[in-house]
Amino acid sequence: MTDTTKLTSSTVQNPVLHTHDVTVDYSGKRALNETSLSFESGTVTALIGPSGCGKSTFLRCINLMNREIPGCVVGGKIVYHDINVNTKGIDTLWLRKRVGMVFQQPNPFRKSIYENVAFALKSHGMTKKEELDERVEKSLRAAALWDEVKDKLRDSAYALSGGQQQRLCIARTLALQPDVVLMDEPCSALDPIATFAIEETISSIARNGICVVIVTHNMEQATRVSNKTAFFYLGHMVEFGDTAQIFGAPKDQRLNDYLNGRFG
Amino acid sequence: MTSAQETAVAGEKNAPNQSMPNADYTATAHKARVQDKVATGILAAIVGVIIVALVAIIVYILASGASKLVDVHFLTAKPEQFKAGGGIGPELFNSFYLLVLTLLISVPISLGAAIFLTQYAPQGRITNIAKTAIETLSSLPSIVVGLFGMLTFVLTLHWGFSILSGALALTMFNIPILVRVIQQALEAVPRDQRDAALALGLTRWEATMHVLVPAAMPAIVTGVVLSAGRVFGEAAALIYTAGQSAPVLSWSAPIWSLSNPLNVFRPAETLAVHIWKINSEGVVPDLSAVSAGTAAVLMVCILAFDIIARVAGRALERKLTAE
Repeated sequence: MTDTTKLTSSTVQNPVLHTHDVTVDYSGKRALNETSLSFESGTVTALIGPSGCGKSTFLRCINLMNREIPGCVVGGKIVYHDINVNTKGIDTLWLRKRVGMVFQQPNPFRKSIYENVAFALKSHGMTKKEELDERVEKSLRAAALWDEVKDKLRDSAYALSGGQQQRLCIARTLALQPDVVLMDEPCSALDPIATFAIEETISSIARNGICVVIVTHNMEQATRVSNKTAFFYLGHMVEFGDTAQIFGAPKDQRLNDYLNGRFG
Repeated sequence: MTSAQETAVAGEKNAPNQSMPNADYTATAHKARVQDKVATGILAAIVGVIIVALVAIIVYILASGASKLVDVHFLTAKPEQFKAGGGIGPELFNSFYLLVLTLLISVPISLGAAIFLTQYAPQGRITNIAKTAIETLSSLPSIVVGLFGMLTFVLTLHWGFSILSGALALTMFNIPILVRVIQQALEAVPRDQRDAALALGLTRWEATMHVLVPAAMPAIVTGVVLSAGRVFGEAAALIYTAGQSAPVLSWSAPIWSLSNPLNVFRPAETLAVHIWKINSEGVVPDLSAVSAGTAAVLMVCILAFDIIARVAGRALERKLTAE
């Protein structure tokens, strides 16, 4: 297992982000064992595995969201652009602006569509209306939502369908121009058509050079959208490699069993 | 024949042929259905009795004071000490003035406390102590709050029977309820709203002020207005703090004069205290009419608060969620 990790890590070209022996404990109970992974710009990495395997826990380490959970301790190094961010002094506001996150349930703010995108920009210091307007439009276009909402930007975000709300959440994240976007099962609450739209969006985000890390339960989704896949099982990162290899020629027996539906 | 009837008939025909439903089963099912009907009947009866009693009280109070309720002279004139025909003008003003002051003091404090308890305080000892303190304070009899107010504000701080003493006593009475209401409102906002804000690199303060509080606003407004109704009708906490006398008010009086309506150091009898006072020591000949009229005015105000709370809460909710 460790060999596999080392092997794949060394083949990575330009990691924007890599983790080194990251561990997570909840009140002294280990939830994730040493995990070392690398993520490149412009690629989509899928994290798969059965429920409770630690994939979402790992995702929430990257932008230090686990720090919001009392009793949660994250060990190891999380290196973003050569900076270890898993240190006490790190500016989480800066990191989270650069490393965006999209959640499982669409969770737009109870504000207008425009405000949902512009709100964080304003609080990060963008005040000019033309600049805001431009960035809002650009972000909504990047999330493939602009044409559907351009005439009702002042309406409440809750007037949108679930899929549209999720794309609004993606737009909201993209507005801050992150270079990493973390997605925690972004389609699990959506129907197949909305899921397809989100997957299109994910691919186009990656084409624009952003590093996407997506947790998914849906293995077809992993094969459709990702370049790399990491398989987690019982708090261990078991196997990491090209998506085609992971699904076509799995090396680890547990991954093989999982793919064949023997558990999970 | 409707489809429901068809099904029923089919069910009867099929019943003997099926293996599972035998006589026992049918009897049990029948018993359960009767039970359900009886329970529904009893619950409906209980609710019916409560509604009838409440409506009867409201109608009785409104009917007793109906003539005074529309009497402009009664609503604006000053009360009389010995002869009939007195009004409740100063009391009406005092009630609203005290309410506004109380809310101005208690809402920001309660909001701050609720935000601290839900967002900042480490879960565990501090929140438990605060919770216990708040619960104890909210079940404190209001006369105790009033006597504490008298000792502290009226006597120790030498503010005398005054609007300020009354407003602070009412604040003590109001804060526990408001903290609880606001805390519940904030806790009812889905956690992912806060996560979303934090994941965008906002501070906890920004997440609270720009995301959580607006999302909780409908419930907060409803809670504040409902608590206003309670404050408005409170008598015991005011008798020994805001006092039982209503000086004649005049807008032209200087601010330090006891006649200036806005002077917070003047005594101020409210509607609820007025009802208590004229019934316990009043000598005016039209005592019962004045008392009934005051009660009706008080009731109408509180009903209005209740309706405002619902309408405002719902309107805000609709604006936020576009439903």
